[in-house]
Formats: sequence, structure tokens, C-alpha cells
Amino acid sequence: MHIIVLVKQVPETSDVQMDKETGTMIRSSSSSIINPLDLYALEAALTIKDVKGARVSVITMGPAGAIKVLKEAIAMGCDDAVHLTDRAFAGSDTWATSYILAQAIKKLGLPDLILCGERATDGDTAQVGPAIASWLSLPAVTYTSKIEQIEINSIIAERLIEEGYQKVKVALPALMTVVKEIGIVRLPTLKGKKKAMASSIPQWNAHDIEADPSFIGLKGSPTRVVKIETPKVSRNCTLVHVEDEASMSVAMDSLFAFLNDRDFLQKGGKKHA
Amino acid sequence: MHEVWTISETYEGRIKEVSLELLARGRALADTLGVALGTVVIGYKIPKTELNSLIEHGADSVYVADDPKLSSFTCNTYSNVLVQLFAAHKPQIVVSAATTTGRTLMPYVAVKTHAGLTADCTGLAIEENTQNLLQTRPAIGGNILATIKTPDHRPQMATVRPRSTKILAPDSSRTGSIEYIPISEDWFSSEVEVLGMRALEGQQGAIDEADIVVSGGKGLKKKDNFKLIEKLAVALGGEVGASRDAVDRGWEAYPHQVGLSGKTISPRLYMAAGISGAIQHLAGIKTAKCIVAINSDEHANIFDLADFGIVGDLFTVIPEILKRLESRSEA
Ligand SMILES: Cc1cc2nc3c(=O)[nH]c(=O)nc-3n(C[C@H](O)[C@H](O)[C@H](O)COP(=O)(O)OP(=O)(O)OC[C@H]3O[C@@H](n4cnc5c(N)ncnc54)[C@H](O)[C@@H]3O)c2cc1C
Repeated sequence: MHIIVLVKQVPETSDVQMDKETGTMIRSSSSSIINPLDLYALEAALTIKDVKGARVSVITMGPAGAIKVLKEAIAMGCDDAVHLTDRAFAGSDTWATSYILAQAIKKLGLPDLILCGERATDGDTAQVGPAIASWLSLPAVTYTSKIEQIEINSIIAERLIEEGYQKVKVALPALMTVVKEIGIVRLPTLKGKKKAMASSIPQWNAHDIEADPSFIGLKGSPTRVVKIETPKVSRNCTLVHVEDEASMSVAMDSLFAFLNDRDFLQKGGKKHA
Repeated sequence: MHEVWTISETYEGRIKEVSLELLARGRALADTLGVALGTVVIGYKIPKTELNSLIEHGADSVYVADDPKLSSFTCNTYSNVLVQLFAAHKPQIVVSAATTTGRTLMPYVAVKTHAGLTADCTGLAIEENTQNLLQTRPAIGGNILATIKTPDHRPQMATVRPRSTKILAPDSSRTGSIEYIPISEDWFSSEVEVLGMRALEGQQGAIDEADIVVSGGKGLKKKDNFKLIEKLAVALGGEVGASRDAVDRGWEAYPHQVGLSGKTISPRLYMAAGISGAIQHLAGIKTAKCIVAINSDEHANIFDLADFGIVGDLFTVIPEILKRLESRSEA
């Protein structure tokens, strides 16, 4: 079985603080990491590899530094990687990005399974996964929380949707996006790290993947960002302190007035359907 | 004139509330442009009363694809239906819900139709001179707001988060058309087969589209104490959410996790107790209409984003809130 996992490099946010005056993000470092939600896709692929045996390839698109996330994926146990990099890719929206990734998948050879994280923590669209499936005319199974059964030609999986868990059977080849519940992410091993250090990762440009120039980069992107604003995060919090019975009573009066003003206190609690 | 469209979703034969919210968005856009508002419903045996309610809530035309093989959502099949409809009617704008269905289906269709698509919009407006759709969305964990447009491609597609729009009051005097689309065997692909549904564990419902969500974090100290959060949620008519730390400790199931690696939600009211307000947690609630926080640490980050904060011990504060709520409902 061949699995391709698509990963993205994103800015590290775990030690980001908010500037209380301006409401903007202060990045303590400009370091980049694997999109945390893509780690679950890697974990899902490596679990399949452990259980059934598989070759796991990783692809990322991004600037020179993005090679770091591919090495990390190899250190976790992936077999090989491809780095898509070209100035011409810059400014691609989800439509163009998914085209580029789909072209790379075609060049590498259509695998049995393509795995993606649910979404990236920076762009936050969740669009690239399903869009790649569309380019390749593959079935898309999104929000996968559990892979129950893997056969040669099909996978039975559960999807976490609003109403609960939906069980589906999907014919392979297919693309799946996964959520955190799929598994606990493994750490890189020493052996993996050595392998990552030794491995040379091919770089492909637009020409290599035979990309139509009118489909890539800013020029090939149907959408245009026309304005960026930084909304102020502070909401002018009314703060009350509870230390004893008297302050509790004051706090409760204040809270209930607040909730009542905003219509949150329909008698008995009105549950929406 | 090319119509503005929304995609209506159904569950168990009923139109989902979020689809009525979309009609309010669509109505405003259609009125600004002076065009009709259409909506597409794909499903099986959707009652006429439900279709009429779409008209009562703002739609001028309802396009229905009704077939047993359309009873549950599968991406390829639903996409085939929409691609055919877009080709026939050429809507200029298509708005869908940012639900698990909308977020899967829309990108699939956007590729097939070479359309621009913007996810999770919080604002939709028409640009004055060009009549282009201006789509505003939060990105990077809600830390920036980007306005996006699609100048040269049609339709202009957007998804909108549930609970971010007020439903229009139903008007039973509104008229509109209901058109059943002839079923085409070409739509159906057998690649994905839905085998069944399993309900979320526990008593609690989903947080995705809830009006009120009450969340607990590590400050609850143990699983048993999460009952306090559940009680408060029930008393307020809301659902239960949790921080990642609470979920990882097994106090609440993953579908209830709020934040970066859980769900992004926009309830009318979000209440957080014993949650510090880490940036990854806040990323999930940036678009909540109103946030109330209970935390014993007055410097907790959660208060930066809250509208109302109680600095105090949740184990005394929540029972007091419950007592007050109870005495109100008895009154
Ligand atoms: C890639 C990544 C993704 C992540 N995704 C998510 C996510 O989706 N969701 C998420 O929530 N987190 C996420 N996190 C984790 C996040 O960084 C925090 O660790 C987590 O949100 C903390 O949970 P908490 O607020 O419950 O716990 P803590 O930070 O430990 O806060 C507990 C709070 O309870 C208060 N408290 C204690 N006792 C009481 C009391 N008696 N009364 C009142 N208050 C009390 C304390 O003052 C404290 O503020 C993610 C982290 C990373 C790196």
C-alpha cells in the first residue's frame, strides 16, 4: 500500500502571547513547525504502516525552510518526501495550492490513500484536502476520527460530524482528512532522525510537475485578499471579584443583570433543536 | 440576472437552522444586487412544509434534488448535483454553511467549476462599483481579519459559520417557486457508502451549532466535577464544551473540545470555567458573540477576551449561579 501525506509548514503559535494594548500577536520566535493538525495525518499513515505495512511519502509546498518539516516527518517514520518549491507558487490560494499538490501527486504516482490534516492552523480553511480530491476525482472522506478496517480496495472509517459519528465505507484510492481523535501522535525516533539526516529530499518546481502557469501562484488564484485588519481582541471585560458572601451577592446581581440584558435567561433554559 | 444562491442542508428530513441563517445573508446580498435568491436542497423525502419554510425565510426559488440515493451526504454525488445546477443557472454568488458538509462540498465544487471560495466568512457585502462580493474572514486563529474577493471567476463562493447570522422572521405571505430537478443517474457514485450513525457519547448534544456553550477546563480538577459544568449547561439551555486539557484527561469526550485542535464555534454565549485562555483555546471562540469567564486567577488570559469575568472559586460560584437560575425558574 502506498500512502501520501500532505503537510504544511505553519508559524509556531504555542508560545505566542497577545499584546494587550494593540490586540496583536507577539511571536516570540519566527520559528515554523509542522501544522499540528497534520501530525494526526502522519500518525494515521504510520499506524497503517505499522499494522498493514505501507510506504508513506510526504509532500509539502513551501519555501526553502519547509524542508525541515519533511525531515521531521521522516524522523517519525515516513519513508520518503518531496519538497515543492518555486517562486511561481507564491501567493497561491487554496484553489491553486490544491492544483499544485494534485499535480505533484500525479507525478509521484496516484497512491492508494492520501491523508491530510483537518485544516492548517494559519490559513484555517480546511479547503485544500477536499479540493485535491476534486482535482484527482477521488472520493473525499473528511473529519475522519477512526479508521476501523482496511482492505485492499476499501477502508471503513468513522467521521466526526455535527450529529455524531458517521460510519462510511470508501473505495480506494481515496483522500481522507483526519481529526485529533484519530490517534496520539508519536515522537521521532533516534533511528528516524538518523534516516532523516541522511536522506536527500528532491525539490520539484512548477516545470517538474507540469503545472499550467495560469493555474498557479497569485495569477492562478481565483481569490484576492484586498484588505487585512487586526481586530482588537479586548472586549472591555466587566470584572467582578468573589471573596465572601457579600461580594458573591454583588457579583451574582451583576452577572444576572448582564445575562438578562442580553436575553440569555429565557425561563428554564430554552434548548435549540 | 444571475441569482444569489444558498445551499440548504437537511438532517432527518428537516432543514437545518443554519440554512435559515444563510437565507438571511443571501437575502441581503440579493436585495443589494436586485436579483432573486435561490436555494438548493439535496436530500430525500424532504417535506413540503420544510421547503415552504425556506420561502418564508427569504428564498424566491427552491431547487430540490430528491432521491433515496441522496439521503445522506457524500461529497462526489452532491458535487455532481451542484456542478450541473451551476452550469444550468449560473448563480453569481453561492453561500454555504461552514459545517462539516459545507466545508467538504464547497472546495470540491469550486475546483470543478473553477470558482473562488472563501472559508468561514463573518462578513459578506457587495462592493459598490464592481458589484463583487466582499468576503471578510478571520485567519491565524482569529488574530487577523482578511477581506477577500473573486474578481474574475463565477460563482463567487463562501462558507459562513453557523450562529453568525440572525434568522429572518418567517413571513407566510412570501411567495416563491419550488422546482424539483430531474434526477440524473450520472450523479451517483458508489465510491462512498454511508453505513450508519453513532450518537455522541453521553447526554450532551453537539456544540457546533449551539446557541449557548458552557465549557470547563483543568480548573475542574477531576472528572466528577464536570457534572457542575453539565448542570450549568442544562440550566442555561446550552451544551457542554471543554479545554484540551480537560479532554486529554478524559473528563469530556473529544467532540466537545473547543479550540485549535478541536472545534471553532460562534455561540451567542460562551461560558468558560477553570480555563486559563491559552491562545489555542481562544482561537476556537474568537467569534463567540459574548464570553463570560470564571477563574480564580485575575490575571488569567481568558479575561482579555471576556465580556464579563468573575474572579473567584468556580466551586462556590457555579453552585450560586445554579441556585439563582433555579429560583428564577420557580418564580
Ligand atoms: C498545537 C496545539 C493545539 C492545541 N489545541 C488546543 C485546543 O484545541 N483547545 C484547548 O483548549 N487547548 C489547546 N491547546 C492547549 C493549550 O495550550 C492549553 O494547554 C490548554 O488550553 C489549557 O487548558 P486549561 O485552560 O483547561 O488548563 P490550564 O491552563 O491549566 O488552566 C486552568 C485554569 O483554571 C483555573 N482554576 C484552577 N482552579 C480553579 C478554581 N477552583 N476556580 C476557578 N478557576 C480555577 C486556573 O487559574 C487556570 O487559569 C493546544 C496546544 C497546542 C500546542
